[in-house]
Amino acid sequence: MATQTFLDANELVLNMGPQHPSTHGVLRVILKLDGEKVIGTDCIIGYLHRGIEKIGENRTYPMFAPYVDRMDYISAVSNGLGYCLAVEKLLGVEAPPKAQAVRVILTEMNRITSHLVWLGTHALDIGAITPVFYTFREREEALKIFEAYCGARLTTHAFRIGGLQYDLYDTFERDVRKFCDDFLPRIDEYEQLLTGNRIWVERLTGIGILTAEDCKRYGVTGPLLRAAGVQWDIRKAFPYSGYERYEFDVPIGRNADTYDRYLVRMQEMRQSVRIIRQAVDGIPEGPIMAKVPKVMKPPAGEVYVSIEAPKGELGYYIISDGTITPYRVRVRPPSFVNLQALDKMAKGALIADIVAIIGTIDIVLGEVDR
Amino acid sequence: MESTPWESELTLDLHRQFGSQIIEFASYREQNFLIARAGAVPAIIEYLKLQRGFDYLVDITAVHWPEREEPFDLIYILYSFSRNERIRIKTRIAEGDRPASVVSLYPGANWLEREVFDMFGIEFAGHPDLRRILLPEEWTGHPLRKDYPITQMDQQWVREHIGIESGQ
Repeated sequence: MATQTFLDANELVLNMGPQHPSTHGVLRVILKLDGEKVIGTDCIIGYLHRGIEKIGENRTYPMFAPYVDRMDYISAVSNGLGYCLAVEKLLGVEAPPKAQAVRVILTEMNRITSHLVWLGTHALDIGAITPVFYTFREREEALKIFEAYCGARLTTHAFRIGGLQYDLYDTFERDVRKFCDDFLPRIDEYEQLLTGNRIWVERLTGIGILTAEDCKRYGVTGPLLRAAGVQWDIRKAFPYSGYERYEFDVPIGRNADTYDRYLVRMQEMRQSVRIIRQAVDGIPEGPIMAKVPKVMKPPAGEVYVSIEAPKGELGYYIISDGTITPYRVRVRPPSFVNLQALDKMAKGALIADIVAIIGTIDIVLGEVDR
Repeated sequence: MESTPWESELTLDLHRQFGSQIIEFASYREQNFLIARAGAVPAIIEYLKLQRGFDYLVDITAVHWPEREEPFDLIYILYSFSRNERIRIKTRIAEGDRPASVVSLYPGANWLEREVFDMFGIEFAGHPDLRRILLPEEWTGHPLRKDYPITQMDQQWVREHIGIESGQ
């Protein structure tokens, strides 16, 4: 009788990453396989750890603001908004109405650019190469507006604590309206390419299911939670920056799978356009900066402020001890928490689906590792 | 911190359930939090989850106050979808204390507790897989402690793994 060789072993451990085109950065996943079936995963993260929270304790409040852009670097505007809101809450000030409206416009445009990067790369992972060219074409138009407004395209540092640094440039409203008009039909184009595409549907339907119950157990938020049928969005639950003034829907899915998450994100881009149009039509006149002291020393205290970032709940827990530097800055990153559910979603899937599941979580490793 | 007292039907209920285990109910900048004794925290979280609908553990984090006798604050942020309410639970622990893990209540606490362990060196009793998460396994020191200077690094690790004299 032949002795057992490694070929007879049922379990195989396979390393994926940290340098792998489908892990969207430096994520390393150790896969435990039974044939082609995944029976367990272990994520090794931290390759991009820069100690953002430690840096925060060693910088003044305004000095730390550019650093937060470098966490989720494809939605830097959202990161900056969350940080500014948290420090404003500590200081007890509120940005003036004009600044709030501009913040909403830029943050929603940032949600669109973030979802476009997700859509392009996710489709690329599945094997559809065309969408990424289209999504990056549209993203470029949005980045041009960021650049014209604040000089930077990605790590924008667009907002300041208390409001805005720069007033709008002359053609801002016109550019934003044109972007909205051009962009809306483009979403239909993407959908024509993908929504009914047989390969796309079959690769995504029923893959990576994470039920509403499981989402809550793992603390998963954002489009993943909404695709599971929970109509929850921080813009509605705890409105900030004047979101309560705008009409928009919170799209939800039913099947909690990768395909529904795709549909939810597509709908979210349409809703973002809807918000931007309302905001740009009603930019109030007035100052762009609240009265904040030149040297910021928030009274001793602590706040937790969170926003609906493109990827989920992004929270800042800041403790002030009354000096010019925060005593503690904690960032509650959506990517980090959502990635934890990978194991749950991947169990029982095939190895080819892992790529779809990593893509559907929509992680940015800069934020996972901070 | 100039906090104001927090009183509601929920705080009365918690006071009835846990009595002197909860030291203070307070509110700062319209955000409610409670301070409890470390031993009671898992029970409070369980009660809030099962009886009061706080079904989403938002975050677990810690703060180091080296000059204090019990130098660590442990902070749990909870949210209830049904009540649309967010609260914080704070507790103080001493060096070497091993607070009970809440992974059995919320699987999502797994990585959050690992991060607290990694950054502060707080070990959670009953955690299924307490390893470092962001820093390498062999690293020494816990960077978010206040006695860990910002430029400090594990020089020996850097020499062995990156092959350079110093990362600075």
